[in-house]
Amino acid sequence: MPALLEVKDLKKYFKTGRGMLHAVDGISFTLEQGQTLGVVGESGCGKSTLGRTILHLLDATGGRILFEGEDITSPSRAELHVLRRKMQIIFQDPFSSLNPRMSVSAAIMEPLLIHSGLSRDDMQAETRKLMDTVGLAERYANAYPHELDGGRRQRIGIARALALNPRFIVCDEPVSALDVSIQAQVLNLLLDLQEERKLTYIFVTHDLSVVKYISNEIMVMYLGQMVEKAPSDELFENALHPYTKALLSAIPEPDIHCQQERILIHGEITSPINPAPGCRFMARCPYASEACAEPQILEEYAPNHFVSCCKCGELNK
Amino acid sequence: MEQQNLLEISDLAVEYQTDDAVVHAVNGINLVVRKGETLGVVGETGAGKTTIARSILRILPNPQARVRAGKILFDGLDLMRISEKEMRKIRGNKIAMIFQDPMTALNPIERVGDQIAETIGLHNKILRADAQRRAVDMLEMVGIPGERYDEYPHQFSGGMKQRVVIAMALACKPELLLADEPTTALDVTIQAQVLEMMQSLKKKLGASIILITHDLGVVANICDVVAVIYAGEIVEYGTAEDIFDRAAHPYTRGLFNSLPRLRSSERRLKPIGGLMPDPSNLPAGCKFGVRCPHAQSVCHAENPGVRETEAGHLVKCFYAGGEY
Repeated sequence: MPALLEVKDLKKYFKTGRGMLHAVDGISFTLEQGQTLGVVGESGCGKSTLGRTILHLLDATGGRILFEGEDITSPSRAELHVLRRKMQIIFQDPFSSLNPRMSVSAAIMEPLLIHSGLSRDDMQAETRKLMDTVGLAERYANAYPHELDGGRRQRIGIARALALNPRFIVCDEPVSALDVSIQAQVLNLLLDLQEERKLTYIFVTHDLSVVKYISNEIMVMYLGQMVEKAPSDELFENALHPYTKALLSAIPEPDIHCQQERILIHGEITSPINPAPGCRFMARCPYASEACAEPQILEEYAPNHFVSCCKCGELNK
Repeated sequence: MEQQNLLEISDLAVEYQTDDAVVHAVNGINLVVRKGETLGVVGETGAGKTTIARSILRILPNPQARVRAGKILFDGLDLMRISEKEMRKIRGNKIAMIFQDPMTALNPIERVGDQIAETIGLHNKILRADAQRRAVDMLEMVGIPGERYDEYPHQFSGGMKQRVVIAMALACKPELLLADEPTTALDVTIQAQVLEMMQSLKKKLGASIILITHDLGVVANICDVVAVIYAGEIVEYGTAEDIFDRAAHPYTRGLFNSLPRLRSSERRLKPIGGLMPDPSNLPAGCKFGVRCPHAQSVCHAENPGVRETEAGHLVKCFYAGGEY
């Protein structure tokens, strides 16, 4: 059986006044059904663009996307219409991704109106069921988004994404705008739904501790490229790329006794416009040498553990 | 040796008047900041954290906000009673604030160096050229080359802008620094740089800091004393050890349980059920009662007093110190 999703050398460039912005630059991976791939990186690394390009919210500049074995890189309008039922997205900001003039039930019913062909009564019954699934009380059916808090709004976003019973959902920072106690509620909901419906997720986030909870595999991105990809536990126990190590050590732990040694990286992210061919982390990397100016190759250092760093072998003896 | 109290807040209560309701943002808060100490104020959105900071500086939105009660003593001076003219001498000088969002805290059409020099010039009788020279020193102290004095905020990245904001806040060597979510808008690697810098500056300048944040990780990193705030009340107060090792209030414990952690094999989080109560319609009794897994009938009827479970560790809960 083919993998649910296969992405090969995917590229998305944006034209800007100063040159080509390489937002996603040659990303490849496969994702099996029921699995979650976490995509982490800092602002501007191209993680959201990656999710959106896979869903055809943006058109790819190059590369191929295979969904259930079929090439969906450049679908026709009709094909895209069918695809939308199978692939959905949960957006980051539950404050701006909902139509303020649509009631909760209308917002959740909208995908059904477009795609399902159900009768009005059936759609209403389905909407009630969806509200129940995501934990929205029925009394909110006629409420408007501004009457609800962030956690409940994000539940509307989740119900909308689930409405057509998709196989695959891109979760684009779904809990970043929420307070921790609410964030935990929503994360648990996403895990339960995945188990019940055999959903496959791409979980895009800047928060490494969140991604650890929800992912089977984690990809670390830096300036449009994959610098490291490994099974979740492996990445946290045995990060190999200097950027991943710095990223992990930079997270402040809510524990006063295990204050870890910080690997401080200097400077800030360089420009993604017309980048040089070498390692993009080079300018900030404490171990950079001449070899790093050459294009980097993604290598498998341990089973399923890929790293794109020519100094990796030397650094992790 | 007993350190001297720099700031004392007693029974502070602030409310906002909106079109259809009175929002009880801060409800009777007592805080002490000693010299050289860093106090972390932790809580979720709407808990009243920023309102406390703005009350200290008297920059609450006018006329919506009203200080209903309370006293704020800074170095023995009652900030609520002094004139606006006197307050201006303190604001930005002895007490400075770092705002949450560096993108909007700077004037987009003024050179960054001049923005710092302006603060220095306002509070010191010195020549313009001297103020500029000190502004250059401040920039370099926060790790920005002095040559960038003449640039505008849009030429700086988010992390650099936050450094400029910090340089501006520290320009007059304040005795008290109010930092309102100073790293929330930044990426983790940049956050690590800024936290490291704040730590070393604190040692160098000896200022007291009130750090307002929702991030317990940041608190664990740099705070000596922690106040956990919920629905405008301090529910737990103590040293970092008290809070991180012996959290006693059910809300504090709930917060820790809902945090995803890097070093844990736990596959499921334990969220706090329910939501923070609407601050315009607070419940009777304990404000956390409706969400509390241990709540008894007394919790919904009476307001729990503050209990001292160990020296200096204060908990606002009927059952603190005992079994739930």
